[in-house]
Amino acid sequence: MSFVSVTDISQSYGGRVIIENVNTEAAEGEFISIVGASGCGKSTFLRLLLAQERPKSGEIRIDNAPPAEEPGLDRGVVFQRYSVFPHMKVRENIVAGEALRSRWGRFFGSDLKAARKRADETLARIGLDHVADNYPATLSGGMLQRLAIGQALTSKPRILLLDEPFGALDPGTRLSMHGFLQDLRAETGMTVFMVTHDLEEAFKLGDRVLVFDKPVWDPDDPNKYGATITYDFDARDGGIPFQRLQEETNVLQEH
Amino acid sequence: MRWINRFPGRPLAVVLMALPFVLVLIAYSLGSEARRAVNPADKLLPPPTEIVETAISVTTEPDRRSGQILFWNDTLSSLKRLLLGVTIGALIGLTFGLAIGLFPVAQSLLGNFVAVLSMIPPLAILPILFIMLGLGEVSKVALIAIGITPFLIRDLAARTSELPTEQIVKAQTLGASSFVIGLRVALPQIMPRVIQSVRLALGPAWLFLIAAEAIASESGLGYRIFLVRRFLAMDIILTYVIWITILAFLLDWLLRQASLRLFPWSEAA
Repeated sequence: MSFVSVTDISQSYGGRVIIENVNTEAAEGEFISIVGASGCGKSTFLRLLLAQERPKSGEIRIDNAPPAEEPGLDRGVVFQRYSVFPHMKVRENIVAGEALRSRWGRFFGSDLKAARKRADETLARIGLDHVADNYPATLSGGMLQRLAIGQALTSKPRILLLDEPFGALDPGTRLSMHGFLQDLRAETGMTVFMVTHDLEEAFKLGDRVLVFDKPVWDPDDPNKYGATITYDFDARDGGIPFQRLQEETNVLQEH
Repeated sequence: MRWINRFPGRPLAVVLMALPFVLVLIAYSLGSEARRAVNPADKLLPPPTEIVETAISVTTEPDRRSGQILFWNDTLSSLKRLLLGVTIGALIGLTFGLAIGLFPVAQSLLGNFVAVLSMIPPLAILPILFIMLGLGEVSKVALIAIGITPFLIRDLAARTSELPTEQIVKAQTLGASSFVIGLRVALPQIMPRVIQSVRLALGPAWLFLIAAEAIASESGLGYRIFLVRRFLAMDIILTYVIWITILAFLLDWLLRQASLRLFPWSEAA
């Protein structure tokens, strides 16, 4: 049984059909990139995965649990912007990743000390230990997103959802963020869904690339039909997996 | 060069800043001189020197009957009423503003109700307050609180609902309850806005304070102004008006400094 199963999802807002008949499955540890033109419903799909909205019909299950009604600990998220808390220092943002689920939303005494120590380890791993006592407003875009990802991972979510996480970064920073994300993924083996505009990025990072588009277009009423998954590429090995397959089967190999 | 691109240098900026003050002072002095030239006993526009003399005597000489310096007495009782009323208004405004901004149910329940409440002119219900709460301190504090609370609720509710959805969703994915989101995410981010809103509300608060004191009181800055009006004591009135202006300015400045000190993250953004 697949880890994440999406069954017959449709969503519409006031007669405007955004997506319909979306079906897909994902195995644990898979990295799935989601691409598509603007307004094709890929962000809507991510919000549905996040349980920020509930679908008009269909259901999304993670590890066969009943469909979620609201965002919770099993789903981690990083948005393009506003993903960290501006009123908390960098270290406290990481601590908040653990503390917000407690009754008062904060740790006291020895718990706090231990959480701060763990936060410092996390910060060292994501390369932000030198700004632990700064407020997020003083950080660069790439640092902010590293912090947001680190914060999302402190609650150990079952799936991580990324909504154009590197969309606002300059190309150089974006490249280093790719490396950062790949390292982190190799370390944790987490399941990731990432919405992006950047096809290259989608194929570089993803195991699979889902393309959202409208299969039917009604010229009189563009809102009549919604988008769905029109392609599901295997993106491993730079998007040409068959090459490896053939090498393994047909090429004479040393024994 | 376009005027939108002309920036005054430091010395010119200081001169420009002082200019309107100096002009008003000169205009006043000329008017005062002109009136005194016609009638040496004129009371309407006492010359600045006379105002300074009056200011010194009211701030230093005790009242013959009570033995107290009325000026400081008035200041103390007015500030007490003002600060109490504003504090109560701010606390109510913060509580309801957060609730309305965060919870859709509270928005549906109270949104329109508060909007209608804020349309009631507070001074129109002053008689009701006097009838129900008596002529003492309570009715004056209540008028200030009632006068500014609807504005504070609406302003803080708007600021709360302006918090990015992304942050609220993120907090949920970290397992925060509604209560924790209010306490740890919304409240701290709204606090600088509370100070800003209170700074805006201080103007109306002074208005309500002076109005209430003018009608029924035994002490207070507004009470004194309206009392000495009977004797056309323009020098005392002007002293008090200047003093109220200074107090209002100082309060505003203190709040701004407090905001800078307490919420450094909000200024950096």
